[in-house]
Amino acid sequence: MTVQIAAKQKPVVQEPAITADLAKSFGMTADEFQLVHDILGRAPTYTELGVFSVMWSEHCSYKSSRIHLKKLPTTGACVIQGPGEGAGVIDIGDNQAALFKMESHNHPSFIEPYQGAATGVGGIMRDVFTMGGRPIANLNALRFGDPSHPKTRSLVKGVVAGISGYGNCTGVPTVGGETNFHTSYNGNILVNAMTVGLADQDNIYYARGAGVGQPIVYVGSKTGRDGIHGATMASAEFGDGNEDNRPTVQVGDPFTEKLLIEACLELMQSDAIISIQDMGAAGLTSSSVEIASKGDIGVVLTLDDVPQREHGMVPYEIMLSESQERMLMILKPGSEDTARAIIEKWDLDFAVIGYTTDDKRLKLYMYGECWCDIPVPPLVDQSPLYDRPSVPPVLPAAIDNTAYPLPDHSVLAALRTVIACPDIASKRWIWEQYDSLVMGETIFSPGIANTQALKSGDAALVKVPNKDKALAMSSDVTPRYVHADPYEGGKQAVAESWRNITATGATPLAVTNNLNFGNPEKPEIMGQFVATLNGMGDACRALDYPIVSGNVSLYNETSGQAIQPTPTIGGVGLIADYKQAVGLGFVRANETILVIGTTSGHLGQSLYLREVHGMETGRAPVVDLAAEKANGQFVRSEILAGHISACHDVSDGGLLVAIAEMAMAGQMGATLDAVSENPAAFWFGEDQARYVVTTAHPEALLSAAQIGGVPVQKIGVTGGSDLTIASESISIADLTQRNESWLPDYMSGTL
Amino acid sequence: MKSAIILFPGTNREKDMEMALTHVTGRAPDIVWHKESTLPECDLMVLPGGFSYGDYLRCGAMAAHSPIMKEVIARAQKGVRLLAVCNGFQMLVETGLVPGALLHNRSVKFICKQVHLRVENTTTDFTNAFSRHQVIQVPVAHGEGNYFIDANGLKALEDNDQIAFRYCDATGAITEAANPNGAVANIAGVFNTTKTIMGMMPHPENAVVPHVNGHQGTALFQSLVEALG
Repeated sequence: MTVQIAAKQKPVVQEPAITADLAKSFGMTADEFQLVHDILGRAPTYTELGVFSVMWSEHCSYKSSRIHLKKLPTTGACVIQGPGEGAGVIDIGDNQAALFKMESHNHPSFIEPYQGAATGVGGIMRDVFTMGGRPIANLNALRFGDPSHPKTRSLVKGVVAGISGYGNCTGVPTVGGETNFHTSYNGNILVNAMTVGLADQDNIYYARGAGVGQPIVYVGSKTGRDGIHGATMASAEFGDGNEDNRPTVQVGDPFTEKLLIEACLELMQSDAIISIQDMGAAGLTSSSVEIASKGDIGVVLTLDDVPQREHGMVPYEIMLSESQERMLMILKPGSEDTARAIIEKWDLDFAVIGYTTDDKRLKLYMYGECWCDIPVPPLVDQSPLYDRPSVPPVLPAAIDNTAYPLPDHSVLAALRTVIACPDIASKRWIWEQYDSLVMGETIFSPGIANTQALKSGDAALVKVPNKDKALAMSSDVTPRYVHADPYEGGKQAVAESWRNITATGATPLAVTNNLNFGNPEKPEIMGQFVATLNGMGDACRALDYPIVSGNVSLYNETSGQAIQPTPTIGGVGLIADYKQAVGLGFVRANETILVIGTTSGHLGQSLYLREVHGMETGRAPVVDLAAEKANGQFVRSEILAGHISACHDVSDGGLLVAIAEMAMAGQMGATLDAVSENPAAFWFGEDQARYVVTTAHPEALLSAAQIGGVPVQKIGVTGGSDLTIASESISIADLTQRNESWLPDYMSGTL
Repeated sequence: MKSAIILFPGTNREKDMEMALTHVTGRAPDIVWHKESTLPECDLMVLPGGFSYGDYLRCGAMAAHSPIMKEVIARAQKGVRLLAVCNGFQMLVETGLVPGALLHNRSVKFICKQVHLRVENTTTDFTNAFSRHQVIQVPVAHGEGNYFIDANGLKALEDNDQIAFRYCDATGAITEAANPNGAVANIAGVFNTTKTIMGMMPHPENAVVPHVNGHQGTALFQSLVEALG
């Protein structure tokens, strides 16, 4: 039997008139629309206008942020590839590289939490395996609105299910992350997903490098009408009632993603691929333009040959679709059959859809007609660039540290409140839905107590297959600090990431950042952005912790209400021998508990103030980068010397929360020395550059600290089943129960 | 012992199984693509964990009809040992080689956590290195691991000593609280009548190699080596 396939018939195409209003509805300003005319020397076609509008969207062009991003440090001894490709690439020795990036999927996740979060995970994984990196770990940073907001519970449920559904199916362990709640995210949640991959340094693939006369190949899922103009949606504010944007959220297929991972990595073992780009935001448009621009070439595509899921699609739709799980490759001429055999072995679509040219133009043909003929260099190089006005942030007044006494003079009463508050409460309900163990290399998995890998650390730790070395990874930012003081908050996000990696014994190498802010057209938001980047840049330089990739998400506002600025930092570090790494749980009784770093009792913007006194006030803590570096280097060298058995950085909630978490993780108590002067500030202050460590060798550690000029304070001894301070005590079981119960109770609706 | 792991589209724990088998047996298993129709000679066949075919129809249902499965079933019926873990167990019940079905977890959520298992039968090739009612700790990671069988079927399993593992607490008590997914009678793994085939939801392969925090799955693989050489 022969199957007759009807030749594609040109559908009846009804394209709107090309006007400034249409351009505006595509998110373009009048000036930008005029610039398109100037570049083309004529009015654009509907397809061309679509191409320009997505390429010049905030999401794709970084037009508000580019001039500021340039100031960030992106180079360093370990950096193989900084920002500009799919993911950053760093040297981890043995001719191996770690590839990683974090990216937001905020707007889609608010509209359609399951698919929005799922496709966020899928997209970031593609950024990594497009470059030849096998994804070995996923992390995510989630911010939801106030728990009492009517949408919060269902958003948590949907987002977590989406991450779980996608990540678990692809067989990549989800090993870390963070989840916070704050009213500022009520109408605009944040879903930031990070993937870390592994590759040999001589087998890394880039978008650049394509030459003239080479076949352009489409691989993966078929193209449908989903996600059209997604990049534009990601570049606009929400208004109330704007939630019927539903059709533009993409639908993910993790099974196809898994096949695509295996097929691409198998094909990359041959020399068939010259250049490759995944079809992420702005789909076929951005991937083809990027390959053309970076190769300094032109591209001709015959869109009839694009595998299509729906009938009667037109070039505008095909070029702007954000259907998931698709790749664009430039192949070495003559290798098409080899490539096709591998791709089709994995039951994926493979189609030659065009070829590269020397005229530096993007030409699109379909139904025998030319629909688009744009010069590529101006499309990229003349894209709008804005130096938007900004005003310096106004910092809140400092508070009187002695004005916030303990409730009932009880340190433990305050601890009971803070340990059970939404930001500190155990996120077991979330991470037990993530497979953190698949691939069999996870050493430290998410959470504190009774974790999936049976151990927890300040950073996730994943061993490199067949080696002793392991990668440490962490996701960090404290939005309330950034809100109060963008410069110090920007520094703090980087410092806390560096500290979390350090606390395992690993050396922090480089970071990716995901900058979530409000509307950049408002000078105060732009002021936050600029100051935050200044802080991040200073911290990265001081800590030798370059930024190798990143993503900017602006317009995170609903009805004019901006989120707390949330510049999430995804850090990656390396430890030569995983057996030297330390976790955060107490290990043995009768060990000395020491705090490294200076405790001065800074209560401004602390969780203690917010949760116990109901106040979000005061200055953010200042990060002393020199102390940060000295204290961290000391801790790391003592871990590697075998003098430290457990280590936890002091962050949200201060010293006592850190110690309580170490006790819960080790299911072992401690007796702490009483403090007479302002115990609230001592136990709950959030001074930076501090670590709590346990040691069986206190003398060795104290003398080394003295020589190094690192402040150390002995504060207690491990052991027993209670946490005891002066005459007060609480059992670790009670503490754990309080810490564990909030989220499941909340999700089941009993709170 | 020579082993072969069957690789389906969507399988994702084949490397974990390969690592465990290599570590315990000293011999790397063959990895066999599901579109093959021939299987190398081996003492043990393994259906590994993952999401074969995306679990889009019913977990394991599509994979159970892959070309290689004809040969796997034929060999298993001849007595070649077959170990099926997680998604592999879901395929196994689809083939009918062991009774029962695997339903959505009672919580209707994917769950990944450490669980305790009580070893119910230590006279098989899969469990001879355990002691009777030994309690081991291994992880689970599944969305549809809720083993179901009707009362008659359960009685037959119990009468024939076909239950391999039950979920229990740290002391070995079979409790509702220790049951992660709602499985009938806390069943975590079962044998066929002749004990040459075992299917289980938990992941012993993730509790074997030195860098993993917990090694209590090791005895399962040592049992196979003991029995099969």
